[in-house]
Amino acid sequence: MSTTTVTPAPKTSGDEIPWNKHQRQHLTPGDWVASIIIYGLITLAVIAVLYPLWFVVIASFSNPNKVAAGDVFLLPKGVTFVGYAKVFANARIWRGYLNTIIYSVVGTAVNLAVTIPCAFALSRKEFKPRRVILFLFTVTMFIAGGLIPNYLLYKQLGLLNSMWVFILPGAVSVYNVIVARSFFETSIPEELFEAAQLDGESYLGYFFRIVIPLSSAILAVIGLYYFVGHWNDFMTGLIFITDDEKQPLQVVLQQLLLVAQGTATNVDAAAQQQAADQIKFGIIIVSTLPLMVIYPFLQKYFNKGVMLGAVKG
Amino acid sequence: MATQSLSATPAAPAQDSRRPSSVASGTTKKPNIFKRIAQHFRRYWELWLLSAPALIFVAIFAYVPMWGIQLAFRKFDPDKGLTGGDWVGFYYFKQFFHSPLFGEIMTNTIRISLWTLVMSFIFPIILALLINQIHSTKVKGFVQTVTYMPHFISVVVIVSMLNIFLTPGSGIIGRFLGPESVMGNPKAITSVYWISEVWQHCGWNSIIYLAALAGVDTSLYEAAKIDGAGRWQLIRTVDIPAIMPTAGILLILSMGSVLNVGFDKIFLMQNSLNLPATEVISTYTYKIGILNSQFSYSTAIGLFNTVVNFVFLITANAISKKISETSIF
Repeated sequence: MSTTTVTPAPKTSGDEIPWNKHQRQHLTPGDWVASIIIYGLITLAVIAVLYPLWFVVIASFSNPNKVAAGDVFLLPKGVTFVGYAKVFANARIWRGYLNTIIYSVVGTAVNLAVTIPCAFALSRKEFKPRRVILFLFTVTMFIAGGLIPNYLLYKQLGLLNSMWVFILPGAVSVYNVIVARSFFETSIPEELFEAAQLDGESYLGYFFRIVIPLSSAILAVIGLYYFVGHWNDFMTGLIFITDDEKQPLQVVLQQLLLVAQGTATNVDAAAQQQAADQIKFGIIIVSTLPLMVIYPFLQKYFNKGVMLGAVKG
Repeated sequence: MATQSLSATPAAPAQDSRRPSSVASGTTKKPNIFKRIAQHFRRYWELWLLSAPALIFVAIFAYVPMWGIQLAFRKFDPDKGLTGGDWVGFYYFKQFFHSPLFGEIMTNTIRISLWTLVMSFIFPIILALLINQIHSTKVKGFVQTVTYMPHFISVVVIVSMLNIFLTPGSGIIGRFLGPESVMGNPKAITSVYWISEVWQHCGWNSIIYLAALAGVDTSLYEAAKIDGAGRWQLIRTVDIPAIMPTAGILLILSMGSVLNVGFDKIFLMQNSLNLPATEVISTYTYKIGILNSQFSYSTAIGLFNTVVNFVFLITANAISKKISETSIF
């Protein structure tokens, strides 16, 4: 390890990125061992994450008997679409799907319409009440009324068994307000505000004409956070909705995937169980696909979004 | 109107906007208080307008339920709703402490949450250090895309995947674990919980550390290399110190959820066999409160939970402030 890896021309290569490929020939044996261990662990992590997901995909197309017997390993065997046919024929799934799309789209729109303007107002340093407001917001992250006070409040407001219970109570996430506020404070140059002032813009004009067009990154990140939250929300439907027609996809999934789970006691039941498992794989794919398709496109914004959350004031 | 509202800002902010928060309390003795309030609103009405919806929502959906916490000290009265009926003091807290289930629920909650808390703290750090070692941007992007992916899967789907995979005999994992059901084994269920939790969120939680690592000054690596540091030493002497402050803050914050085992997942994992190991505070408040309609009792348990968490958060923060000067407030 005492062998140095000094670059040949230290004066000019000061900005060189460490461990770039042009330096490979300078690696010591110890570094080679390190590389092997590092890449080995990364490969292991990727497989550990990917394989279960891949298995669900191939199992959803395969002959359920072969899946249960352990024959399906890397590629689908005995390709069949029976599972999917049953999923697509299930009216409850589509009802839940439609409900979830409505709740998620309307919910996210309300979330953004409430969160972003507030975050902008709180980012203006000359707006002195912002400190008190931020304090009152932050308190709610640590102290909450709890389930029963919420329940009684929703009851009083007539939100029980209504689609608005998915949208109104969670309209503001304090965390997201703080993230968006950090974005406005750090990423929108103050000179723009001064220029807008000289042009005679009001706060509203500045916000809508200048700030919003520059904020697509933060709108994408926060929009995605909210959307994923709505899409995967299970508890709200379970606790506050009793009408099956209004249940979101996640509650329908729970009823189909978990509650209906029988325990196989004889051969017939075991066969049924296998067929049922295949439908489950299909349901998992159909319900998870939309998010899996959207999120890689937004991935480049994540680092920024998470970083801003960390700068919380 | 527009010009006036903005260009006035730098002119005289010193006297008139120093304590606008005292609007409600009215403690300021200055004679022109009303004039100053009027002036404040004339200048900032647009900012108030922009923040008003959020303020209203937080007031209704966070502060009204907070007001309803008093239900924990009162007998529930259907006519009076949120504010409750007769004052009973700590009656419901005592009922909980003396309940035969108290010990079991507390042990389960603490066991599951501590395992999850510690493992969910360690693994993202390791993953971030590893990903940071990848030179190729393409490979790095691929590894990140893959490891973030499970974060977007719903709990219902995760738990049903666990059920299917762990089925004894036929599941892809269950067939290696003997004839006994893992999901029904109270001894194994904690491990199932935290391992699946790490599997799902490790990648996502590593983002914040990767961001911290991306901010490291490259001259630090150069300097360390000139001093003869190999790859391991670089990780130890540059990378790990670079993420320490972030790690510290995240650890303090997670201390605030020592008694929080997220309701959804553990509720969905429960079955009659593993219940002795999976009944936690959140699932118990749900069953007692919503299913059995014992509103006051359930609120009291919830409040107890909040208070313990808050005490942990404050303590962790104080300790951290003393030993490392890292603190969240």
